[in-house]
Amino acid sequence: MSAITRPRRWLSDKLILLIGLLVLAYTFVPIAVVVLMSFNNPAARLTYQFDGFTLHNWANPCEPEGMCSALKVSIEIGLLATLGATILGTLMAFALVRHRFAGRSTTNLVIFLPMATPEIVMGSSLLALFVGTGFSGDLGFWTILIAHIMFCLSFVVVTVKARLTGLDSRLEQAAMDLYANEWQTFWRVTFPLVFPGILGAALLAFSLSFDDFIVTNLNAGNEVTFPMFVWGSAQREIPMQINVVGTSMFLIAVLIVLAATFGPRRRGARAAG
Amino acid sequence: MSTLQVAEELEEPEPTELEDERKRGRRYTGYVLIIPGLLWLAVFFLIPFYSLVATSLYDPAGTVFSGYEMTWEWSNYTTAITENWQPLVRSFVFGGLATIFCLLLGYPLAYAIAFKAGRWKNLMLVLVIAPFFTSFLIRTISWQLILADNGFVVDTLQTLHILGPDGRLLNTPIAVVTGLTYNFLPFMVLPLYASLERIDHRLIEAAGDLYASPIRGFAKVTLPLSMPGVVAGTLLTFIPAAGDFINAELLGRPSDSMIGNVIQQYFGGGNNYPDAAALSIVLMALILVMVIFYVRRAGTEDLV
Repeated sequence: MSAITRPRRWLSDKLILLIGLLVLAYTFVPIAVVVLMSFNNPAARLTYQFDGFTLHNWANPCEPEGMCSALKVSIEIGLLATLGATILGTLMAFALVRHRFAGRSTTNLVIFLPMATPEIVMGSSLLALFVGTGFSGDLGFWTILIAHIMFCLSFVVVTVKARLTGLDSRLEQAAMDLYANEWQTFWRVTFPLVFPGILGAALLAFSLSFDDFIVTNLNAGNEVTFPMFVWGSAQREIPMQINVVGTSMFLIAVLIVLAATFGPRRRGARAAG
Repeated sequence: MSTLQVAEELEEPEPTELEDERKRGRRYTGYVLIIPGLLWLAVFFLIPFYSLVATSLYDPAGTVFSGYEMTWEWSNYTTAITENWQPLVRSFVFGGLATIFCLLLGYPLAYAIAFKAGRWKNLMLVLVIAPFFTSFLIRTISWQLILADNGFVVDTLQTLHILGPDGRLLNTPIAVVTGLTYNFLPFMVLPLYASLERIDHRLIEAAGDLYASPIRGFAKVTLPLSMPGVVAGTLLTFIPAAGDFINAELLGRPSDSMIGNVIQQYFGGGNNYPDAAALSIVLMALILVMVIFYVRRAGTEDLV
């Protein structure tokens, strides 16, 4: 290679990586703003400027009225919806990958459709259902929960299915060769191997549920979830504590995902080494 | 008996009665596992569509509290479209633009992770998803700050004379599309990455062996092979983007409203459930038509 082409090759080789990293950095800009604003002096009425560094927001996270109760509702719904969607979705994933039944392609379509429907349409139709069946006065916690389980299901199925199809069936066959019956094989071999997928699906379901606004807003009645609280305050004055919550959510999620990604690998390396 | 027949008999012994029963039980396990979730989806996803159609045919003169009369008001559809065709068009334009930008930004990122990241692959994937664990609304509000009139971005653009001295970014369609692009980027990157990762590297090497330059190799081998990911990514981005109203509300003016804003208003303050339902169905129908044409043209059938 001549002296000119070598550096040019290096540049074109790394160019894509550089562009990719730039895009990645771009996705973090609003996060940086959120973190920064969580330290913003709340005395600033115009929330477009950074007025002064303060730890006040972090020291008094529940100061804005109604925020922490909305947060509590969101967490409760999130946990319950995650439980429901993960259980139902995992069962479905096992059925799709491991068992035979009629109407498989229809089932796949029904599972795929919620992921491809705009949220406003899903929210509208659920609201139409509740109103049409006479529950318009009972909109609240349970209607929100029902909606959340509904749209989280598809994502859980897809995630667990992906993990399950990648599973080497020879491991289970080996277990059965060693005289394990079907129950033992499932609990000692299959389940531990699928578990990371189930955990990932649960995490995904929780963040989808916690973060949902459009469907929730239409079916919430008088109940207020955290995204609804943020929306309401965006019309008036945005308390900086919202950025405290945002930053905390980000940090917790990153920690969990990093632990899940890099934790087991270390254990595996130790076992192999 | 020939050796083949003996071998066949040895391989598959006659099933005993116990095995027969187990097989019969096993045949139903699939149904037992699939029914609960399927039922949930049927009741809370499929049936509501029927309710939506029914609601769209109510007499809009009623309210939620006094109840609606079913009068088969097909005119709800015509009024909905004639009064709101502008937000409809805007939704498809904004959604389309956001999808294109997501593709332009997301493809290099997905390519970089799939081909150039090496052992940092998992970390980069985590970094792609990480920002989106913060609340969608909070992130969009951040964009209000970033694009604010006296903020860093606008100031820089004014200094570079890209924006006039009175120019603004916030409360313009530009801000709305920026917000949409940002919020739906992972929906583009992840399917693209999944598709790119599955490409057999030997095919790309083969192109190089046959004297293709890197760019030609990309255009003739990588790009076509990544089409399933492109189709999935564009669909998963465009569909929610077209129906979104949060970005339009927080980052745009009332004249930038998308169809989602209108539907939301009809349901909320307007209490006009039938018209809102009719609009939702129109939106869904338009999207379905577009998707069918698009997928058929793109020629891929396996999206999941």
